[in-house]
Amino acid sequence: MKCRVCRQPAVIDLRRHNANFCAEHFVEHCREQVRRTIDHFKMVAPGDRVLVAVSGGKDSLALWDLLVELGYDADGLYLGLGIGDYSDESGRYARDFASQRGLHLVEVDLRDDIGFDVPTAAAVTKRVPCSACGLSKRHLFDRAAIDGGYDAVATGHNLDDEAAVLFGNTLRWNIDYLGRQLPVLPARAGLPRKVKPLVRLAEREMAAYCVVRGIDYQVEECPMAAGNRHLGYKEALNAIEATSPGAKSAFYFEFLDKASHLFANRAQTERDGLQACQSCGTPTPGEVCAFCRLVERTAGATPVELTVKAPPL
Amino acid sequence: MQVTLRNPRRVLEVAGPVRVSALLDRLEIHRDTVLVIRNATLVPSDTLIEDADEIEIRPVISGGSS
Repeated sequence: MKCRVCRQPAVIDLRRHNANFCAEHFVEHCREQVRRTIDHFKMVAPGDRVLVAVSGGKDSLALWDLLVELGYDADGLYLGLGIGDYSDESGRYARDFASQRGLHLVEVDLRDDIGFDVPTAAAVTKRVPCSACGLSKRHLFDRAAIDGGYDAVATGHNLDDEAAVLFGNTLRWNIDYLGRQLPVLPARAGLPRKVKPLVRLAEREMAAYCVVRGIDYQVEECPMAAGNRHLGYKEALNAIEATSPGAKSAFYFEFLDKASHLFANRAQTERDGLQACQSCGTPTPGEVCAFCRLVERTAGATPVELTVKAPPL
Repeated sequence: MQVTLRNPRRVLEVAGPVRVSALLDRLEIHRDTVLVIRNATLVPSDTLIEDADEIEIRPVISGGSS
Protein backbone atom coordinates (compact mmCIF):
# COMPACT_ATOMS: atom_id res chain seq x y z
CA MET A 1 0.00 0.00 0.00
CA LYS A 2 1.18 3.49 -0.83
CA CYS A 3 0.61 6.74 1.02
CA ARG A 4 -2.20 8.74 -0.57
CA VAL A 5 -0.11 11.90 -0.36
CA CYS A 6 3.50 10.98 -1.22
CA ARG A 7 3.22 7.41 -2.67
CA GLN A 8 5.81 6.13 -0.19
CA PRO A 9 5.03 2.87 1.70
CA ALA A 10 2.02 3.29 3.98
CA VAL A 11 1.93 2.36 7.68
CA ILE A 12 -1.84 2.45 8.05
CA ASP A 13 -4.92 1.94 5.93
CA LEU A 14 -8.11 3.74 6.90
CA ARG A 15 -11.06 2.06 5.25
CA ARG A 16 -13.60 4.73 6.16
CA HIS A 17 -11.47 7.32 4.37
CA ASN A 18 -10.53 4.86 1.62
CA ALA A 19 -6.97 6.09 2.20
CA ASN A 20 -3.52 4.92 3.26
CA PHE A 21 -0.86 7.09 4.88
CA CYS A 22 2.85 6.98 5.62
CA ALA A 23 3.83 7.96 9.17
CA GLU A 24 4.51 11.61 8.32
CA HIS A 25 1.26 12.15 6.44
CA PHE A 26 -0.77 10.18 8.95
CA VAL A 27 0.34 12.59 11.68
CA GLU A 28 -0.52 15.46 9.35
CA HIS A 29 -3.96 13.89 8.76
CA CYS A 30 -4.61 13.71 12.52
CA ARG A 31 -3.50 17.29 13.09
CA GLU A 32 -5.69 18.50 10.24
CA GLN A 33 -8.73 16.67 11.63
CA VAL A 34 -8.21 18.24 15.06
CA ARG A 35 -7.54 21.68 13.60
CA ARG A 36 -10.75 21.46 11.55
CA THR A 37 -12.77 20.28 14.55
CA ILE A 38 -11.52 23.06 16.81
CA ASP A 39 -12.17 25.72 14.16
CA HIS A 40 -15.57 24.39 13.04
CA PHE A 41 -16.99 24.08 16.53
CA LYS A 42 -15.14 27.17 17.87
CA MET A 43 -13.68 25.09 20.68
CA VAL A 44 -10.59 27.10 21.57
CA ALA A 45 -9.80 30.74 20.85
CA PRO A 46 -6.29 32.18 20.48
CA GLY A 47 -4.81 32.75 23.93
CA ASP A 48 -7.13 30.35 25.69
CA ARG A 49 -5.66 28.16 28.40
CA VAL A 50 -6.77 24.54 28.04
CA LEU A 51 -6.79 21.83 30.70
CA VAL A 52 -6.53 18.36 29.16
CA ALA A 53 -8.10 15.50 31.13
CA VAL A 54 -5.28 12.94 31.06
CA SER A 55 -5.79 9.28 31.97
CA GLY A 56 -2.53 7.76 30.73
CA GLY A 57 -4.39 6.09 27.85
CA LYS A 58 -3.96 6.64 24.13
CA ASP A 59 -6.70 9.19 23.56
CA SER A 60 -5.84 11.70 26.25
CA LEU A 61 -2.09 11.55 25.63
CA ALA A 62 -2.59 11.86 21.88
CA LEU A 63 -4.92 14.81 22.46
CA TRP A 64 -2.41 16.57 24.68
CA ASP A 65 0.34 15.98 22.13
CA LEU A 66 -1.84 17.21 19.26
CA LEU A 67 -2.90 20.38 21.09
CA VAL A 68 0.67 21.25 22.03
CA GLU A 69 1.92 20.53 18.49
CA LEU A 70 -0.83 22.76 17.10
CA GLY A 71 0.41 25.57 19.34
CA TYR A 72 -2.23 25.61 22.06
CA ASP A 73 -1.45 26.45 25.68
CA ALA A 74 -2.41 23.11 27.24
CA ASP A 75 -1.73 21.68 30.69
CA GLY A 76 -2.78 18.21 31.84
CA LEU A 77 -4.82 17.00 34.79
CA TYR A 78 -4.45 13.44 36.02
CA LEU A 79 -6.99 12.05 38.45
CA GLY A 80 -5.89 9.08 40.59
CA LEU A 81 -8.91 6.80 40.80
CA GLY A 82 -7.54 4.26 43.28
CA ILE A 83 -8.07 1.25 41.00
CA GLY A 84 -5.10 -0.74 42.30
CA ASP A 85 -2.19 -1.54 39.97
CA TYR A 86 -4.12 -0.14 37.03
CA SER A 87 -4.19 3.36 38.51
CA ASP A 88 -0.55 3.16 39.62
CA GLU A 89 0.46 2.32 36.08
CA SER A 90 -1.77 4.90 34.38
CA GLY A 91 -0.30 7.63 36.59
CA ARG A 92 3.20 6.64 35.53
CA TYR A 93 2.33 6.96 31.84
CA ALA A 94 0.83 10.41 32.41
CA ARG A 95 3.80 11.64 34.47
CA ASP A 96 6.36 10.23 32.04
CA PHE A 97 4.63 11.87 29.08
CA ALA A 98 4.57 15.26 30.82
CA SER A 99 8.13 15.13 32.14
CA GLN A 100 9.64 13.98 28.83
CA ARG A 101 8.06 16.96 27.08
CA GLY A 102 8.41 19.53 29.83
CA LEU A 103 4.64 19.91 30.18
CA HIS A 104 2.73 20.83 33.33
CA LEU A 105 0.66 18.02 34.86
CA VAL A 106 -1.75 18.78 37.70
CA GLU A 107 -2.58 15.77 39.87
CA VAL A 108 -5.58 15.04 42.08
CA ASP A 109 -5.93 11.79 44.02
CA LEU A 110 -9.44 10.65 44.88
CA ARG A 111 -8.38 8.77 48.01
CA ASP A 112 -5.83 11.25 49.35
CA ASP A 113 -7.53 14.51 48.37
CA ILE A 114 -11.23 13.64 48.49
CA GLY A 115 -11.45 10.65 50.81
CA PHE A 116 -12.69 7.76 48.66
CA ASP A 117 -11.71 5.73 45.62
CA VAL A 118 -13.69 4.22 42.75
CA PRO A 119 -13.89 0.62 44.08
CA THR A 120 -15.12 1.89 47.47
CA ALA A 121 -17.64 4.25 45.88
CA ALA A 122 -18.98 1.42 43.73
CA ALA A 123 -19.39 -0.82 46.77
CA VAL A 124 -21.09 1.86 48.88
CA THR A 125 -23.49 2.99 46.17
CA LYS A 126 -24.03 -0.55 44.78
CA ARG A 127 -23.71 0.85 41.27
CA VAL A 128 -21.30 0.01 38.46
CA PRO A 129 -17.81 1.47 39.04
CA CYS A 130 -18.00 3.51 35.82
CA SER A 131 -20.83 5.53 37.37
CA ALA A 132 -18.79 6.88 40.31
CA CYS A 133 -15.72 7.16 38.08
CA GLY A 134 -17.46 9.30 35.45
CA LEU A 135 -19.17 11.47 38.06
CA SER A 136 -15.89 12.09 39.89
CA LYS A 137 -13.99 12.88 36.70
CA ARG A 138 -16.58 15.38 35.47
CA HIS A 139 -16.80 17.15 38.81
CA LEU A 140 -13.10 17.30 39.59
CA PHE A 141 -12.03 18.28 36.07
CA ASP A 142 -14.56 21.11 36.15
CA ARG A 143 -13.43 22.22 39.58
CA ALA A 144 -9.74 22.13 38.67
CA ALA A 145 -10.39 24.15 35.52
CA ILE A 146 -12.35 26.82 37.39
CA ASP A 147 -9.84 26.97 40.26
CA GLY A 148 -6.89 27.07 37.86
CA GLY A 149 -8.35 29.80 35.64
CA TYR A 150 -8.51 27.61 32.53
CA ASP A 151 -10.83 28.57 29.68
CA ALA A 152 -11.72 25.03 28.65
CA VAL A 153 -11.49 21.40 29.66
CA ALA A 154 -10.52 19.16 26.74
CA THR A 155 -11.32 15.45 26.87
CA GLY A 156 -10.07 12.65 24.61
CA HIS A 157 -13.47 11.37 23.50
CA ASN A 158 -12.99 10.02 19.99
CA LEU A 159 -15.45 9.19 17.22
CA ASP A 160 -16.00 5.65 18.53
CA ASP A 161 -16.74 6.96 22.03
CA GLU A 162 -19.24 9.52 20.78
CA ALA A 163 -20.94 7.11 18.39
CA ALA A 164 -21.26 4.51 21.17
CA VAL A 165 -22.77 7.03 23.60
CA LEU A 166 -25.15 8.25 20.90
CA PHE A 167 -26.11 4.64 20.13
CA GLY A 168 -26.90 3.98 23.80
CA ASN A 169 -28.83 7.21 24.25
CA THR A 170 -30.82 6.55 21.07
CA LEU A 171 -31.64 2.97 22.03
CA ARG A 172 -33.27 4.30 25.18
CA TRP A 173 -34.32 7.70 23.78
CA ASN A 174 -32.56 9.46 26.63
CA ILE A 175 -33.53 12.85 25.28
CA ASP A 176 -31.96 14.80 28.13
CA TYR A 177 -28.62 13.25 27.28
CA LEU A 178 -29.15 13.63 23.53
CA GLY A 179 -29.67 17.36 24.07
CA ARG A 180 -26.22 17.79 25.49
CA GLN A 181 -24.24 15.29 23.44
CA LEU A 182 -22.32 17.95 21.58
CA PRO A 183 -18.59 18.31 20.82
CA VAL A 184 -18.51 21.62 22.66
CA LEU A 185 -20.52 22.75 25.66
CA PRO A 186 -20.24 26.47 26.45
CA ALA A 187 -19.04 27.75 29.80
CA ARG A 188 -21.63 28.89 32.30
CA ALA A 189 -21.62 29.98 35.90
CA GLY A 190 -19.59 27.47 37.88
CA LEU A 191 -18.70 25.29 34.90
CA PRO A 192 -15.92 25.67 32.29
CA ARG A 193 -16.29 25.21 28.53
CA LYS A 194 -15.94 21.53 27.60
CA VAL A 195 -14.50 20.46 24.28
CA LYS A 196 -13.87 17.16 22.48
CA PRO A 197 -11.33 17.87 19.73
CA LEU A 198 -10.91 14.19 18.72
CA VAL A 199 -14.46 13.54 17.50
CA ARG A 200 -13.36 13.29 13.87
CA LEU A 201 -10.75 10.63 14.68
CA ALA A 202 -11.50 6.97 15.31
CA GLU A 203 -10.16 4.95 18.20
CA ARG A 204 -7.76 3.04 15.92
CA GLU A 205 -6.40 6.30 14.56
CA MET A 206 -5.60 7.53 18.06
CA ALA A 207 -3.75 4.33 18.95
CA ALA A 208 -1.85 4.52 15.66
CA TYR A 209 -1.00 8.17 16.30
CA CYS A 210 0.59 7.20 19.62
CA VAL A 211 2.64 4.40 18.03
CA VAL A 212 3.85 6.63 15.20
CA ARG A 213 4.67 9.50 17.56
CA GLY A 214 6.42 7.20 20.05
CA ILE A 215 3.95 7.93 22.85
CA ASP A 216 3.91 5.19 25.50
CA TYR A 217 0.43 4.71 26.84
CA GLN A 218 -1.53 2.25 28.94
CA VAL A 219 -2.77 -0.42 26.54
CA GLU A 220 -4.48 -2.53 29.19
CA GLU A 221 -8.16 -1.92 29.73
CA CYS A 222 -9.48 -0.76 33.10
CA PRO A 223 -10.24 -3.97 35.05
CA MET A 224 -13.45 -2.42 36.34
CA ALA A 225 -14.79 -1.54 32.86
CA ALA A 226 -14.78 -5.11 31.54
CA GLY A 227 -18.16 -6.08 30.16
CA ASN A 228 -19.71 -2.67 30.59
CA ARG A 229 -22.55 -1.49 28.37
CA HIS A 230 -20.43 1.09 26.57
CA LEU A 231 -18.03 -1.60 25.29
CA GLY A 232 -21.01 -3.62 24.07
CA TYR A 233 -22.24 -0.66 22.02
CA LYS A 234 -18.79 -0.29 20.48
CA GLU A 235 -18.79 -3.96 19.48
CA ALA A 236 -22.21 -3.57 17.89
CA LEU A 237 -21.10 -0.50 15.93
CA ASN A 238 -17.87 -2.19 14.84
CA ALA A 239 -19.91 -5.07 13.45
CA ILE A 240 -21.86 -2.56 11.36
CA GLU A 241 -18.69 -0.71 10.36
CA ALA A 242 -17.15 -3.97 9.12
CA THR A 243 -19.65 -4.20 6.28
CA SER A 244 -20.31 -0.48 5.95
CA PRO A 245 -17.13 1.59 6.41
CA GLY A 246 -18.00 5.12 7.46
CA ALA A 247 -21.27 4.14 9.17
CA LYS A 248 -20.11 5.33 12.61
CA SER A 249 -19.01 8.68 11.30
CA ALA A 250 -22.27 9.17 9.40
CA PHE A 251 -24.32 8.15 12.45
CA TYR A 252 -22.64 10.72 14.68
CA PHE A 253 -22.14 13.65 12.32
CA GLU A 254 -25.58 13.32 10.72
CA PHE A 255 -27.00 13.43 14.24
CA LEU A 256 -25.12 16.67 14.88
CA ASP A 257 -26.24 18.16 11.56
CA LYS A 258 -29.83 16.97 11.40
CA ALA A 259 -31.13 15.96 14.81
CA SER A 260 -29.21 17.44 17.75
CA HIS A 261 -31.08 20.77 17.49
CA LEU A 262 -34.36 18.92 18.11
CA PHE A 263 -33.23 18.25 21.67
CA ALA A 264 -31.62 21.64 22.35
CA ASN A 265 -34.65 23.22 24.05
CA ARG A 266 -34.88 20.32 26.44
CA ALA A 267 -31.22 20.74 27.35
CA GLN A 268 -31.69 24.51 27.78
CA THR A 269 -34.69 23.98 30.06
CA GLU A 270 -32.64 21.58 32.11
CA ARG A 271 -29.79 24.10 32.36
CA ASP A 272 -32.20 26.89 33.35
CA GLY A 273 -33.46 24.78 36.23
CA LEU A 274 -30.05 24.35 37.84
CA GLN A 275 -29.04 26.02 41.06
CA ALA A 276 -25.79 26.20 43.01
CA CYS A 277 -24.99 23.15 45.15
CA GLN A 278 -25.33 24.14 48.81
CA SER A 279 -22.06 22.40 49.57
CA CYS A 280 -19.70 23.22 46.69
CA GLY A 281 -21.53 25.72 44.45
CA THR A 282 -21.57 23.51 41.34
CA PRO A 283 -24.77 23.88 39.26
CA THR A 284 -27.16 21.05 40.13
CA PRO A 285 -30.87 20.26 39.77
CA GLY A 286 -31.17 19.47 43.50
CA GLU A 287 -29.99 21.17 46.66
CA VAL A 288 -26.74 19.17 46.85
CA CYS A 289 -24.90 17.94 43.75
CA ALA A 290 -24.38 14.25 43.00
CA PHE A 291 -20.65 14.43 43.70
CA CYS A 292 -21.10 15.97 47.16
CA ARG A 293 -23.72 13.33 47.93
CA LEU A 294 -21.21 10.67 46.88
CA VAL A 295 -18.54 12.19 49.14
CA GLU A 296 -21.02 12.18 52.01
CA ARG A 297 -22.08 8.56 51.40
CA THR A 298 -18.51 7.28 51.22
CA ALA A 299 -17.28 9.20 54.28
CA GLY A 300 -15.89 6.74 56.80
CA ALA A 301 -16.42 3.72 54.52
CA THR A 302 -13.80 1.02 54.80
CA PRO A 303 -11.67 1.09 51.63
CA VAL A 304 -12.50 -1.81 49.35
CA GLU A 305 -9.64 -4.11 48.48
CA LEU A 306 -9.62 -4.46 44.72
CA THR A 307 -9.98 -8.14 43.87
CA VAL A 308 -9.54 -7.72 40.13
CA LYS A 309 -5.91 -7.22 39.18
CA ALA A 310 -4.76 -5.49 36.04
CA PRO A 311 -3.50 -8.04 33.51
CA PRO A 312 0.31 -8.44 33.35
CA LEU A 313 2.24 -6.36 30.85
CA MET B 1 6.49 -16.07 13.82
CA GLN B 2 5.65 -15.00 17.35
CA VAL B 3 2.38 -13.15 17.62
CA THR B 4 1.67 -11.30 20.87
CA LEU B 5 -1.93 -10.55 21.77
CA ARG B 6 -3.03 -8.25 24.61
CA ASN B 7 -5.84 -8.07 27.15
CA PRO B 8 -4.99 -10.65 28.32
CA ARG B 9 -1.41 -10.93 27.13
CA ARG B 10 -0.56 -14.21 25.40
CA VAL B 11 1.85 -15.34 22.69
CA LEU B 12 0.98 -17.55 19.71
CA GLU B 13 3.21 -19.28 17.17
CA VAL B 14 1.89 -18.78 13.65
CA ALA B 15 3.45 -20.16 10.47
CA GLY B 16 4.47 -17.59 7.87
CA PRO B 17 4.64 -16.02 5.45
CA VAL B 18 1.17 -14.56 5.75
CA ARG B 19 -0.43 -11.21 4.99
CA VAL B 20 -1.66 -9.11 7.92
CA SER B 21 -5.26 -9.26 6.67
CA ALA B 22 -5.11 -13.07 6.41
CA LEU B 23 -3.57 -13.36 9.87
CA LEU B 24 -6.37 -11.28 11.38
CA ASP B 25 -8.99 -13.33 9.51
CA ARG B 26 -7.38 -16.54 10.76
CA LEU B 27 -7.53 -15.24 14.34
CA GLU B 28 -11.07 -13.92 13.77
CA ILE B 29 -10.09 -10.37 14.70
CA HIS B 30 -11.85 -7.42 13.06
CA ARG B 31 -9.15 -5.19 11.58
CA ASP B 32 -10.74 -1.93 12.77
CA THR B 33 -10.34 -3.04 16.39
CA VAL B 34 -6.56 -3.54 16.39
CA LEU B 35 -3.20 -2.26 15.21
CA VAL B 36 -0.61 -4.66 13.85
CA ILE B 37 2.94 -3.81 14.84
CA ARG B 38 5.89 -5.63 13.22
CA ASN B 39 9.26 -5.32 14.91
CA ALA B 40 8.01 -2.16 16.65
CA THR B 41 6.72 -0.56 13.43
CA LEU B 42 3.08 -0.12 12.42
CA VAL B 43 2.14 -2.03 9.25
CA PRO B 44 -0.96 -1.93 7.00
CA SER B 45 -3.20 -4.88 6.16
CA ASP B 46 -1.50 -5.96 2.90
CA THR B 47 1.93 -6.40 4.52
CA LEU B 48 3.49 -9.83 4.11
CA ILE B 49 4.91 -10.99 7.42
CA GLU B 50 7.63 -13.62 7.63
CA ASP B 51 8.54 -16.34 10.11
CA ALA B 52 11.35 -14.25 11.59
CA ASP B 53 9.08 -11.29 12.39
CA GLU B 54 7.83 -10.41 15.84
CA ILE B 55 4.23 -9.30 15.65
CA GLU B 56 2.08 -7.52 18.20
CA ILE B 57 -1.65 -7.33 17.68
CA ARG B 58 -2.69 -4.42 19.88
CA PRO B 59 -6.34 -3.80 20.70
CA VAL B 60 -7.54 -0.23 20.33
CA ILE B 61 -10.95 -0.39 21.99
CA SER B 62 -11.22 1.22 25.41
CA GLY B 63 -14.25 1.42 27.61
CA GLY B 64 -15.70 3.36 30.51
CA SER B 65 -18.88 5.34 30.42
CA SER B 66 -17.59 8.82 30.98
